[in-house]
Parts: sequence; structure tokens; C-alpha cells
Amino acid sequence: MSAATRALSRFWRPTSSDVGGPPPLPVLTCACCALLVVAAIFGNWLAPYSKEAVSLGASLLPPAWESGGTMAHLLGTDQLGRDILSRLIAGTRISLATAAAATLVSGAFGVLVGLVAGYVGGFVESIAMRIVDAFLALPFILLALALVATLGTGFGNIIMVMVIANWARYARLVRSEVLSVKQRDFVTLARIAGVRPFVIMLRHVLPNVLNSVVVLAILDVGRAIILESSLSFLGVGIQPPDVSWGLMLADGRTLMGFAWWLTTLPGLMIVFAVLSFNSLGRWLHVRFDPRGQL
Amino acid sequence: MPPPDNSPAAHAGDALVSLSGLRKEFPARRMSAFGARRKVVAVDDVGFEIRPGSTFGLVGESGSGKSTIARMILKLERPDAGEVSFDGRSLWQQTPAQERDYRRNVQAVLQDPYGALSPRLKVCDIIGEPLSAQGRGRSEIDATVSRLLDTVGLGKDAGNRYPHQFSGGQRQRIAIARALSVEPRLLVLDEPVSALDVSIRAQILMLLREMQERLGLTYLFVGHDLAIVRYVSVVVGVMYFGRMVEIGPADDVLRHPRHPYTERLVSIASMRQALGTERLTGELPNPLAPPSGCHFRTRCPYATQRCIDEAPPLREWGSGHRVACHYPLTRSS
Amino acid sequence: MLLEVRNLSVAFGPVSRPVRAVAGVDLDIGAGEIVGIAGESGSGKTTLCAALVRALPRAARVSGDIRFAGRSIHALSREELRQVRGREIAMILQNPMTSLDPLFTIGNQLGEVLATRCDVPAPQLRGRELELLRSVHITAPEERLRQYPHELSGGMRQRVLIAMAGSMAPKLLLADEPTTALDATIQEEILVLFRELRDLRGTAIAIVTHDLGVIRRICDRIVVMYAGRIVEEGPVAAVFAAPRHPYTRALLASVPVLDGDRVQVQAIAGQVPNLADLGDFCAFADRCPMAIDQCRAQAPPQTALGQQRRVFCWRADEMS
Repeated sequence: MSAATRALSRFWRPTSSDVGGPPPLPVLTCACCALLVVAAIFGNWLAPYSKEAVSLGASLLPPAWESGGTMAHLLGTDQLGRDILSRLIAGTRISLATAAAATLVSGAFGVLVGLVAGYVGGFVESIAMRIVDAFLALPFILLALALVATLGTGFGNIIMVMVIANWARYARLVRSEVLSVKQRDFVTLARIAGVRPFVIMLRHVLPNVLNSVVVLAILDVGRAIILESSLSFLGVGIQPPDVSWGLMLADGRTLMGFAWWLTTLPGLMIVFAVLSFNSLGRWLHVRFDPRGQL
Repeated sequence: MPPPDNSPAAHAGDALVSLSGLRKEFPARRMSAFGARRKVVAVDDVGFEIRPGSTFGLVGESGSGKSTIARMILKLERPDAGEVSFDGRSLWQQTPAQERDYRRNVQAVLQDPYGALSPRLKVCDIIGEPLSAQGRGRSEIDATVSRLLDTVGLGKDAGNRYPHQFSGGQRQRIAIARALSVEPRLLVLDEPVSALDVSIRAQILMLLREMQERLGLTYLFVGHDLAIVRYVSVVVGVMYFGRMVEIGPADDVLRHPRHPYTERLVSIASMRQALGTERLTGELPNPLAPPSGCHFRTRCPYATQRCIDEAPPLREWGSGHRVACHYPLTRSS
Repeated sequence: MLLEVRNLSVAFGPVSRPVRAVAGVDLDIGAGEIVGIAGESGSGKTTLCAALVRALPRAARVSGDIRFAGRSIHALSREELRQVRGREIAMILQNPMTSLDPLFTIGNQLGEVLATRCDVPAPQLRGRELELLRSVHITAPEERLRQYPHELSGGMRQRVLIAMAGSMAPKLLLADEPTTALDATIQEEILVLFRELRDLRGTAIAIVTHDLGVIRRICDRIVVMYAGRIVEEGPVAAVFAAPRHPYTRALLASVPVLDGDRVQVQAIAGQVPNLADLGDFCAFADRCPMAIDQCRAQAPPQTALGQQRRVFCWRADEMS
């Protein structure tokens, strides 16, 4: 490892010469994720304007640091005069809520299938894993479009579409972890003690696979944000008057040449959010798994 | 500490566990999609008895089938042929209530102290789990756990801690406490000290022997180290490649080994001869294609044509000592 | 003297509270000697082994001097170190299952060693490979060359590794728990191979193990380590017959050995101390039946006992 890589890796975890203090980068990513969550929860009170406040007189104002910009609208306005900053904050709530809900539901379902398939084994496992394989093979965007065309848009439907796309990854991960936990002696000894299979699954197997599930879930939040933004961009995700970063991208697309802030700023938010959660997930992965590599 | 009494009178009575004609095969991975399905015979026609209050030591190297036998006794594997009986009843003809009883009567301590304890449970919950699976009450469980922690030499406050806070030897003590919690009539110990440090092994072995003598437990001790197995056992059975080659009272088998393989093991364990004076040439047999007749013939210095043609059965050699060899050794050590 | 180690210390962890895996070790190994380094987990024996070839993790802090064939190991450049490792010092690690590449045949892997390290020209490779396999008494060598590692038993794999290690006729072979995963009867064969390597090629061998039986059977000299320090050293027969350190004595008594048909065992109470809690006092004091106040106040110095024996104990003179 060169000196540069070594310095970089010290960002992630302390080496022997560090005395106290946590490594800097994970603290940074935690702070970013926390910032996003705070914005999502308290956004309505933090935003200077309502996300829907139309003000045609103040349309297409550039951000405050450009010529023509004003401090009243820090990040500018869109073609209907709506404040970009407020809409970004409002979008945070929607995007994170959608991502969190989708992740939780697909996680719960996927873990359940993976746990039972992995522990019971045999015929049940074979069938379950073939179904999982089938779901993993489906192309997401086409699937989403087809489902939305059938079921219509709406918050609940979007969550369902994302769950259908995502649950199989949890199932596959959990099943392989369960297979390895099943081999360990404490599971064998529980069988010898006469503990019932259902209890073994809940008490012994599940807690020991949760680490990986949590890591996958956090990484999935980033993925879900991108999925939701893509759907909204295509017009089949979040609908107006709700705000989503993807929707803002779609709105500003035709004006990209004149008003760069309409698309660049939401795009940067997506990047920022995904990077933050991905970094957090990667750091947790390294932390939980002693052999984990960067 | 006086050595265990191995006179037949001390262990009179019906056998607690009885095995006969036991056979177990495992499918081996096929090398090609079109190859015949190959199998490994892990246990081949094995039978013996364990008497209550006795300690039976099953010695063999890896691949000898000793662990498979232990797993069958623990009902973790089903034999392909033969019988295992407990208290006269076959293990695979039990009603659910009898099976539940069996789970109380037979417990185990396994090799890996780091895998034996569930990492997310407190030690008191780990030790109390078999009792709770039997439906006992909270207060009874708590009292038993306290008492057991004392018996195995761990402090009472150990119960509130988690496995990762304990060393290998201490974890094995916790595993022993758990196994004893339901007062089992048979304790199966599969290489319980092999993964421990040398000086800790002695601690655990002494604890096991002391408890066996004090509580009158019945042990099946499975191991590859002859000296370790002897320390805890009164009857010894030697396995080689799935077959029992010699069985009998420990002092007799170790003083007068009749099978060439046993003799070799005893010689190495007592460090009698200098390195390289008596060599066992020849390779280990291939588990997928074991030698015909006697499995040991490829390495046995006394093998003849008869050993190639005919597998020797276990034959009585006097006072409970049985050998599977066409030409049992007659000289005493 | 082939290998001279002076005041070697290896520490891990934070500087304020270091974990001293090896502390102040002096060791000599002469050409053609077979030395056994005995110790349990936490004794530092494996760390010592790794330090000898600079194979420690990056986070390790090493101090002291290691001289091999007159050259300081630490002063070698990466290229020089690479030459020394494999040609002059060979290593055999604990688990033979993971040391061989599962994707290549035995013949392939042997050929690679012969071609790169011994510069054997291609036409002679197969002949040399067969020769190597025969030198470690592997039967049917032609067939083995075509086989993959998973098709061989543990004992055979270990023999292949010994063949690879010995192919260069190294001056020193470091073997870390070479027989632990193997059956008793196969262990014998491996030990015989080690002795042949020394007798025929003059290779010095350092065997790191917790198995005192192995050391007794093959080693000339034994070095006993406890909690990162050497506590006793001397010729095997002498040390086993009359150990002069309480730990050595207790360790020997704790190993079950078959005597006729009886086995005696005596346990050592307590456990190995936490390596981060050590300082200038005897690490064995808490468990030692002969400990006195001085043992806890100051680390015992070396006491030379003549005939290449030395021991680190305040009361060494009283134990005989």
C-alpha cells in the first residue's frame, strides 16, 4: 500500500498509533445521514416557503450567488416561482420516507422467506429459491412501468412496486447466511436440547443474520432513492403536488440550458443522499465483518 | 484420584445404549455429471453397548466414523441399517413424548467452544435453555443455573455475561453446565478438549472425570488422542475407517493391544519407541474405494492374502475383549 | 550461527496500552539444528515465527535485531527479502488445506515452484517434480501430479508442502503447527520427513507447536514460551527430564501421557494473562505455585544453567 492509500484508509479506521477518537469519515457520513433524516422529519418547519407556493413574478430566479439572484430564494426558483430550497427539503421527506418504507417491507418479507427456506431446506428451499431467482431476473424499470400501468400511481403502489423489485435480494442473502449459521454447534446443541425448530429460528438463527441484513438495508436506502427518483422522473412515481427530486429533474429538463439550477441541484441532492447512505452502509459492513475489505 | 473401577461387577445391569449392525453412508460429490453416484461408507457394521455409570471411549482418527456414530446416538443422523436402542427401545420408534424424554436423557458437549454458545444470549439463558425446552419453571431454572455455575467452577455473576467475554476453557465449562442441567443419563462428549490449549485441557478433563465419579454419570467420550480418551474411559473401542477393530476394558486393550492398528496407536501414545523405528508404510485408503477385506491391510505389516479376501469379524478374545483381525497379536506390551 | 535474534519485541494496539505479543526474546538457531518452540495460545510463538520473515501485519511494531546468515532481516530490500523467503528460509503454515491453490493440479504448483525458485528448465520439470514427490515418500507420484489438492488427504498435502519447501534446500525451515490437523500415525511420517530433510540437506528446522509430544520426538532443543517471553530453553532430553521453570514443569504435568494403561494429569489453575496487562514482572506469577514477592515486582533475568540451558526464574536454583 502506498502512503496515499494508507492515509486514506486511516480515515476509515484507527490504526495503532491513534489514541482516542473515532475515525473521521464514518462520523462525517453519520452526520450527513442524520442531517437528511432531520430535514425529512422537520422539513416543513425549516423550509422558508411552502413547496407549492407559486409566485409567477419571481419565476426562474437563479441561486443567490449568481447575478440576478436574491437572498430571499437562496437556491433560486423554478418556472412557476416555487422556491427550490423548500422543494428540495420537501423532496427529502418524500424520498426518504418512500425509501425507508420500501426497504422495511421488502426486508421483512425477504428475511422471512430466506429464514424459512434456509433453515427448513429440502423441497421448500428449492422452490423458494427458484422463485427468488425469477424475481431477481426481472428488469426493474419495465416491471415498474407495467405494474403502474395496471395498478395506477400513488404512494402505496409505488412502495409495492419497489418491494416487488427488491425483496428477493434479502431472501437470497439471508438464506445463504442461515445455511452457514445452521452449521454452527449452538444450533446443533439446541436441537439436541429438544428446542422446537420455530424457536431455534427466532432465538438462535435470526439474531445472527441480522447484521448482514442491516448492512444490506442501509445500502438499499440509497438504491431505493435512485429507484424512486427514476420512477418519478419518468412520471410514474410521485405525482404533483407532492415533490420528489426525480420530479424536479423532470420539470427542469427542458430548461436545462437556461436554468441549470433546476436540474443540477436536485441531481446533487440525489448524489449526496445516496453517497451518504452508501458510505454508512459500507462502513457498517467493514465494522461488523472483521474480515471486511474496503 | 484413584483410577476408575472397571470390574464387570461394577457395571452390571442392562445396557443403557445398545448399538448393533450400524451402517451409515454419505453420498460423495460426483466428479462428472455422468459418473456413477459414489458413496462413502462412514460407519460399517458397528455394534457395542454402553452400560449405565460406565464411561465408553471411542477412539479413532478423522474419517474413522466415530463422530458419525455419536451423531446417530444424538439422533442427528439416521442410520441406513442397524439399530440404536436406549433403555431397550429403538431411537427411531419413539412417540413424540418419548422423543422429548430422550432429549432430556441424552445431552452433548461438542468440540468447538467458540461455536457452541449462541453469541447473542446471556450465559444464564444458554445454560437454562434445555430446562426451558422441557417446560420447567423460571425459578427452578434460575436455581439450577446458579448451582451449575458453581459446579463447573465459574462464579455466579458469570450468568449475566455474554459468551464472547469468556475464554475457550471457560466456554467449555458453560457448555458442560448446560449439558448437565437436565440431569441426562448419557452425556456424549465429542472431542471436548481438542480445541483447547494444552494446560486448559487438563482442567476440563479433570472436571469431567470428577463429575462423572461424583454424579455417577454415563459418558460416551469420542476422541482421537488415546491418552485423553483413556483418562476418562473405562471401556475403549478403536475405530478404523468405519469399522470397530478392537473393543474391551481399557486397561486390557492398552496393556495388550491385539490389533496392529491399536498397537501402533498405543506405541505412539506411550512414546515407547524412538522416531522412525517402526514405520507404517502405505497410504491411507481412499474412502470412496476402500480396500477389500480388512481396511487396514494396506498399511499392516502382517497382512496376508486372507486379509485381502476376507474382512475379519469382531471376535472374542477373553473377558469382553474383542478384536477384528485374522492374526491378533499375542505378545503383551 | 544461522539465525540470531536479539531482544525482539513485537507490539500491537494503542501505544498507551500495547499488547506485547513478543517481549525481549533472544534466540539462536544453528545450522542443521531442529528446535522446538513450545507454547500455548498467547505465548507469542506464531508472532515470533512471522517476525523472522517480516510477515507481520502492518500494524505491528517491531524492535530488536534479527540476523540471518549474518544479514539483518530488517535491512533487506523488498527484492532481497523475496529472495531470502522461499530460497533460504522456507515456511510451512498450520493448515495444509489452505496453503495449496485449489484451482491448480499438484504438478502445476510443484512445477511453478521449481521453475521460478529453482530455475529448472521446462524439459526437466516433470522429472524433477516426480523426484520431489518421491523424496517425501508419496506413492504413485505420476498420478498425484495430475490430481488437485482436494483429492489428496491432509497428510499428503502436508507432504507436498514439505516437498515444495525443501525443493530449494533452504537453510532454515519454519514449521508452524505442522502436524496439528493430522492423524497420529501420519504425524509420525511427517516428523520422519523433517528429520530426513535435516540429515540429507542440512536444513535447520524450527517447529512451532503446542504439542509437546512432537517436540520430544524430533527436536534437539526446546524453547518454552509463555505470554510472549521465553521462560526456559535447553536440550530436549534434559528439559523434559528435569524442567527448571515452574511453567515448564506444570505444562509437562498437564499433558496426558499413556503410561502402561494409566494416564496421569495435573491441571494448571487460572489462565494466560491478558497480554496488554504485562509489565516488568513475571507473567506466570499469578499461576505459579512457587511465586514470591520478587516475582511480582521485577521480571526475572536469565539464569544460565550450563550445557546450553537457560531459564528465567527467580527461584531457578531451587528447582532441581
